[in-house]
Amino acid sequence: MSDAALTDHQESWFHRNQQAITPWLFLAPGVLFFAVYVIAPIFQSFNLSLYEWDGLGTAEFVGMRNYEDLYWEFVDRDAFYTSLKNNLIWLLAYLLAIPAGLFIALFLNQTVMGIRLYKSLFFFPFVISQVVVGLVFTWFYDPTFGLLNTMIGWVGLGPVNMLGDETLVTYGIILAGLWPQTAYCMILYLTGLNAVDPEQIEAGRLDGAKGWRMLWHVVLPQLRPATFIAFVVTIIGALRSFDLISIMTNGGPFGSSRVLAFYMFEVALSEYGFRMGYGAAIAVILFLIMLCFIAYFLWSMYREERGR
Amino acid sequence: MLKSFRATAASVALIAGMAGSAHADLTGDLVIFSDMSNPAPRAVMEGMVERFGEMHPDLNIELTIIDREAYKTQIRNFLTANAPDVATWYAANRMTPYVEAGLFEDVSDLWAEPAIAEGLASTKGAMTIDDKQWGVPYTYYQWGVYYRKDIFEELGLQEPTTWAEEMANCEKIVASGRACYTIGSKFLWTAGGWFDYLNMRTNGFDFHMDLLTGKASWESDEVRETFANWRQLIDMGAFIDNHQSYSWQEALPFMVQGDAAAYLMGNFAVAPLREAGLTDDQLDFYQFPAITEGVALAEDAPTDTFHIPANAANKEAAREFLRFVVSADNQTVINAGDALGQLPVNSNSSVDDDKFLNEGFAMLSSNSPGGVAQFFDRDAPAEMASVAMEGFQEFMVKPDELDRILARLERARGRIYK
Repeated sequence: MSDAALTDHQESWFHRNQQAITPWLFLAPGVLFFAVYVIAPIFQSFNLSLYEWDGLGTAEFVGMRNYEDLYWEFVDRDAFYTSLKNNLIWLLAYLLAIPAGLFIALFLNQTVMGIRLYKSLFFFPFVISQVVVGLVFTWFYDPTFGLLNTMIGWVGLGPVNMLGDETLVTYGIILAGLWPQTAYCMILYLTGLNAVDPEQIEAGRLDGAKGWRMLWHVVLPQLRPATFIAFVVTIIGALRSFDLISIMTNGGPFGSSRVLAFYMFEVALSEYGFRMGYGAAIAVILFLIMLCFIAYFLWSMYREERGR
Repeated sequence: MLKSFRATAASVALIAGMAGSAHADLTGDLVIFSDMSNPAPRAVMEGMVERFGEMHPDLNIELTIIDREAYKTQIRNFLTANAPDVATWYAANRMTPYVEAGLFEDVSDLWAEPAIAEGLASTKGAMTIDDKQWGVPYTYYQWGVYYRKDIFEELGLQEPTTWAEEMANCEKIVASGRACYTIGSKFLWTAGGWFDYLNMRTNGFDFHMDLLTGKASWESDEVRETFANWRQLIDMGAFIDNHQSYSWQEALPFMVQGDAAAYLMGNFAVAPLREAGLTDDQLDFYQFPAITEGVALAEDAPTDTFHIPANAANKEAAREFLRFVVSADNQTVINAGDALGQLPVNSNSSVDDDKFLNEGFAMLSSNSPGGVAQFFDRDAPAEMASVAMEGFQEFMVKPDELDRILARLERARGRIYK
């Protein structure tokens, strides 16, 4: 069939609807992969969480029993309670990366000799792998040979076993995570600061604004897009805190640094994990928590689009 | 009478069969998956394959060595999806999930062959589930107390054989400003070793096995007695501080530097201790002392094994490989001090002339009347092991929480054993 044949006769269905179909054709590969690798597994997890399965034999349908067990673990202040609590601590404490990143960015947003070098030094922790960050901080915290105890020893404070104390361990890991995360937020704000309108600063200055008032009323509103992105990546970072925990404490001491993602891995996929259904139930809970944030992000982006 | 006749007939048939297969040339592919990924075990594995290949030139052997930790999770996938002909694993309860799922081949026929039945009698129990054998062992090693002989001499101490002597020794060691024992409990299993010994010495091998198989209660008086003994050591400061932050390797320097006098460990700790500079004059070994009088001594001796997956393609060659692995000569070679440095499982093999191997061999063969256990996380189901070992670590840090910990373990028992 040639082009000539097409133009001679009435136009083909494809040609008539080209405008409408083309976007879908371009979207198709992405939609397909998203459906197969993201949407479908969500429903599979839901389904699996209703079964008891060791990953080898036949799965046994147990209804809501896995969720019931999770509920009792929560009531008994057991592993699930600890994981959920730690997840919340992670979400809240990790947000410190945003103001910290902002202030470093403000500090570095000047023109002096070698500022590029300073900027890259501050950005450096984000470039190295999370595993390396975890190892470095593990050695830093080491109760016998670590630098931390030597340093607090100078000011006369007693030795502290950061990663061996069940009340401190989560904060210790979060601190390690904040190091690269702050660098990430800093780079977002640095690019944001480039886009700040100098005329508005000038106008603000003429009106007598300076210091905090200048920052709060003139600079920050212009940094809104950067703040939004920093918020998104920090929340996501807090929810995927798995690697640092695995490297630094392996969930310990006695399970007090677990988060939901790590707990799920432990019961379903680790050396001793044979409870696929239970792991899936934890994953579903984690997904529901994430869903709150996803919904919020989508909603605020939608609002922004409409506002234009 | 009839039974013995049948057994004889069976063994005659098997000998005939074995003689046949030994001559028949093996052909095709033999795929071996191994978790012997550390340098020395890796060389041993490759050496074994090479020697087996020379015996069967027409056989094409493919050896895949997988990282030892990664192997523990990968085995579930490859046994179902892409089974090799031979795979390494561990004895006792660790086999259970795969045996129950029908993923391991029943190799009771090999165990009926006289060469194996006699040579490997001591490990038959650890390979048996439902009266059938599911694999063959290739090596095992003793656990016990490795200690700094020079520190003991300095303080005028003798190897303890009773709990009273042990406590007296420990008091002197603590008084000299050292810890009696180093331990790194970050990965939990080291605390499992302590529980194994304390419980087997306090309540005996049979109670220990009842507990690990779910027949006895974690809130029983016997278990409380075990923890009370453990607490005596904890309260006197016998263990190093902050052990919950260290792996077993990271706990070694305390012993090397003389901050701790001893280490309850498997024989694999000897190599790194020697590499760190301790000579055989400084390093020695003793059997964990008796606690309750009249309780027969029992030991931990984890056994590593070879299995044939049920979905294997070349089971004939796989069986021949298993025969080769457990043969007395091969056992002598692979367990030698310059190879695995462990104990051979075949009683006709010879133990390499190494101080610790000799002591371990003597201990396991003549001074372990109570029985030989595998290890806490191999004898107990995986789920129970992980919950319990976490409890042990918590107990070692916060001994006052014992009641809460035991209640948690008892709840886990109710859920796991059905």
